Amino acid sequence: MTLSAPPEPLADRFGPHPSRSIGLRLDAGAAPDRTVKTHCCFCGQQCGIKLLVKDEEVIGFEPWMEFPFNQGKLCPKGVKRYLQGAHPDRLTTAYAADPKAPGGFEAIAYEAAIERAAAGIARVQEQYGAAAFACLSGASLTIEKSYLMGKFARVCLKTPNIDYNGRLCMVSAGAANKKAFGIDRAANPTSDILGAELIWVSGANIAECAPITTDYIWQARENGAKVIVVDPRLTPIARNCDLFLPIRPGADAALFAAVLQLMIENDWLDHGFIRDHTTGFEAVAASVAKWTPRRAAEVTGIAERAIRQAAEWWGKAKTSFLMHARGIEHSSHGVANCLGAINIVLASGRIGRQGCAYATITGQGNGQGGREHGQKCDQLPGARDLANPDHRAYVAGVWGVSPDELPQPGVDAYEIIRKIDRGEIRGLLSICFNPVVSLPDNAFVRQALAKLDFYVAIDFFLNESARYADVVLPGSLHEEDEGIVTTTEGRVIKINKAIACPGEAREDWRIIQDVARALGRPRGFTFDSPRAILEELRVASKGGIADYAGITYERLEAENGIFWPCPTEDHPGTPRLFEEGSWNPIARGTGPFYFPDGRARFVVAPSTPPAEVPDEEYPLILTTGRVVSHFLSGEQTRRIGPLNDQCPEPYIEVHPQTAERLGLADGDRATARTRRGSCTLAVRVVRTIRPDTIFIPYHWPGARSANQLTNAAQDPISKIPEYKACAVRLQKAEGAGGPRRED
Amino acid sequence: MPVPESQEFFVDPGRCIGCNACVQACSECDTHKGYSMIQLDILDRASSPQTIPVVCMHCDSPTCAEVCPADAIKRTADGVVQSARKPRCIACNNCVLACPFGVPKMNTGMHLMMKCDMCYDRTSVGKKPMCASVCPSQALFYGTREQIEKLRPSSRPIHSFRFGQQEITTKVNLMVPRRSALVALDVGAALRLAPAGDSAGGVDPLLDAMDGGGLQ
Repeated sequence: MTLSAPPEPLADRFGPHPSRSIGLRLDAGAAPDRTVKTHCCFCGQQCGIKLLVKDEEVIGFEPWMEFPFNQGKLCPKGVKRYLQGAHPDRLTTAYAADPKAPGGFEAIAYEAAIERAAAGIARVQEQYGAAAFACLSGASLTIEKSYLMGKFARVCLKTPNIDYNGRLCMVSAGAANKKAFGIDRAANPTSDILGAELIWVSGANIAECAPITTDYIWQARENGAKVIVVDPRLTPIARNCDLFLPIRPGADAALFAAVLQLMIENDWLDHGFIRDHTTGFEAVAASVAKWTPRRAAEVTGIAERAIRQAAEWWGKAKTSFLMHARGIEHSSHGVANCLGAINIVLASGRIGRQGCAYATITGQGNGQGGREHGQKCDQLPGARDLANPDHRAYVAGVWGVSPDELPQPGVDAYEIIRKIDRGEIRGLLSICFNPVVSLPDNAFVRQALAKLDFYVAIDFFLNESARYADVVLPGSLHEEDEGIVTTTEGRVIKINKAIACPGEAREDWRIIQDVARALGRPRGFTFDSPRAILEELRVASKGGIADYAGITYERLEAENGIFWPCPTEDHPGTPRLFEEGSWNPIARGTGPFYFPDGRARFVVAPSTPPAEVPDEEYPLILTTGRVVSHFLSGEQTRRIGPLNDQCPEPYIEVHPQTAERLGLADGDRATARTRRGSCTLAVRVVRTIRPDTIFIPYHWPGARSANQLTNAAQDPISKIPEYKACAVRLQKAEGAGGPRRED
Repeated sequence: MPVPESQEFFVDPGRCIGCNACVQACSECDTHKGYSMIQLDILDRASSPQTIPVVCMHCDSPTCAEVCPADAIKRTADGVVQSARKPRCIACNNCVLACPFGVPKMNTGMHLMMKCDMCYDRTSVGKKPMCASVCPSQALFYGTREQIEKLRPSSRPIHSFRFGQQEITTKVNLMVPRRSALVALDVGAALRLAPAGDSAGGVDPLLDAMDGGGLQ
């Protein structure tokens, strides 16, 4: 449907309204009917938490002290997560777009909505072909749902065009890990931080995006470890680190190249490891020869002496943990940045042992598991490749279809939007994805969604993207279903159901199966429980790299999770990858890495500037990121009163040098303008950011959305968009800011 | 049941990341549900992201109780200074003004002083206080002295403070780093400067001054 300005009553009906502790949730005397051990839904750490349930409402929480990763610890999102249920904005019926209805949507019966959804899908596919219908899925879904979405797209809809919001999150790290190690998973459990004498954090605002990891890092520091933080901003972790490298956004590959060059110059190399366990070192060594500290200082904006110091500490360390996140990955050369990091790890030989570690930090609830089992555009379950004939044949066998029936790889999430804009894709099903807020250059995204012939959205709240939908199906909250997810460590854990879905809302996997049934193609979509889906996934992933064959609900509960790969029910799981003498199905005993020769790959990681660099017209760099009290597009956390209170509005961080030049004082409203859009917000003048860079958090929609500004340039390999660097102009807002435009 | 003597509270501002988990969790505690009794101080955001969580320090001779004209504030035998007792509190604000740490809060709606009582409903039955349970950085730690000494070899607890002529000893401990790092950093300047590195080497002059000030 086409949609201009959202009609006013829409916000009245669908929010966001902030929920508060009232009634049973405020009553200290309310004894819960039951306590459910499960996990937080906000972020890839998946902290253990106990939810307290009374009268089929989650009324509070209790710290789960025994869960090994967080031992009771929670960030504010975990503390207040219970307020997302029993919410006034909760979708408890299906809706159909109706311009005459208040809010533009009319409540309709669930079965009628399913029929409409199926009819809309069928109409698009009959008229324009199967590939003209696309799915956008998400990595906060359980593995069962992620798996089902991939199967639904390929087997029921027969479309190649499914991708997921991990495209905005984990794919650069994933692609680099596959290139270097042959496997995409954190190499070490978080507990290996404690045994490291040097912690290197690149582009990860741990305090706000992975808060519980803080305790591990501080504990290592208490034990004598040094901490190096590389970030354009002095984050709460950087405040107390031993060496802070305030890097220019997007210049990470140059820093890693210079560190490697200094390691070579000073012979801080593990020659034995390089010789016995890697290939490609000579080419990489040649490629970094020109990266003198002076040249790297010019490109990265970091003092030459600081680069030398970092290289010396890294080069001489006996144990270490290098971790990175979106700061280096959200780049038009994000894969190269990650490969640069991996190259200095491999050159040090410090991997695959206790205290010798490398990990990327996943951002989403199931950021790891959600990228393993087939909702990526080029992937099949078990981290198999959709383009690989053997992999196609195996999975087709599990699914009871001919390999030829499976579509070939489709396109990435942003390319799906471009195809919608070009009229090549005419229909869309979205679940667990809010592209209007979370994709870059979102004026373009809105323009594309308005062109869809038919759009069905599954969600628990009416998110900003679903407002473009023709049919909205009421899905399930995290606490309304069971299933498994895989944490940032690679630990597979069990999510338990605390309460039933309210009203006509359904578990997402039921909704998908109901659509398949209404399309007249129920075969393969008749599971009666998440457990039944997991049973099939265990077979579908068996023998793959992400092998879950030995994982059962009972084992996960009994063992507080299991690290994959876990090929058999008597296999203990694999907390640490690449241990000397370890076996994997690719190397088959030739070495610990996931290639036929068992060796890790050094891969040349060239340093390239961001797709857009500052110029006279747009002289500053814009970088974006999270705040601790919000999650992703804010669809949930902007509806939780206490979390919204903690950070109700986005803002622009500006260094005083820049602020003075522009005549800006703390609290002034200023307009940030890029080639794609503008955004007027209050400024915070802080000395904790590079003077050439401004920062805006991205969790808000409409006129407050940072993604009006960001650049949709993508990494050529991972297709991740460049959220972390684009050219921007900043100026004081005219007329003292004026009235704020409504979302 | 009293709070066990072996269980102590330790605050380490050096670890604080300003996430507000303590503030959010405090209001979930049954003794004051809906009200947060912990304060997260933002020191000088323009210069640093540093924050400091402020819990009641549970003074051995609580100033709040000493200045209370209605004898509403009690320190139980286990050393916990409790919230004002509703029947006695006259909402005079003496305690709010007198507390050297700025802890008591006046609930004007209820005409009652409320303050951190170390989650008495939890700590008196063997659980940890809410804030220290959830604190992601463990800037707030609740456990035994043996545990903290083992876990934090680079820090030491102090529980004696001087405010002008007033010396105060408290049940709650403050962790002090043996070797303090930068407290504020101008990124613009850092781009031109040498790294902080190991240069501190010895003991922070600030700590020396504090030692000289009669603290243990």
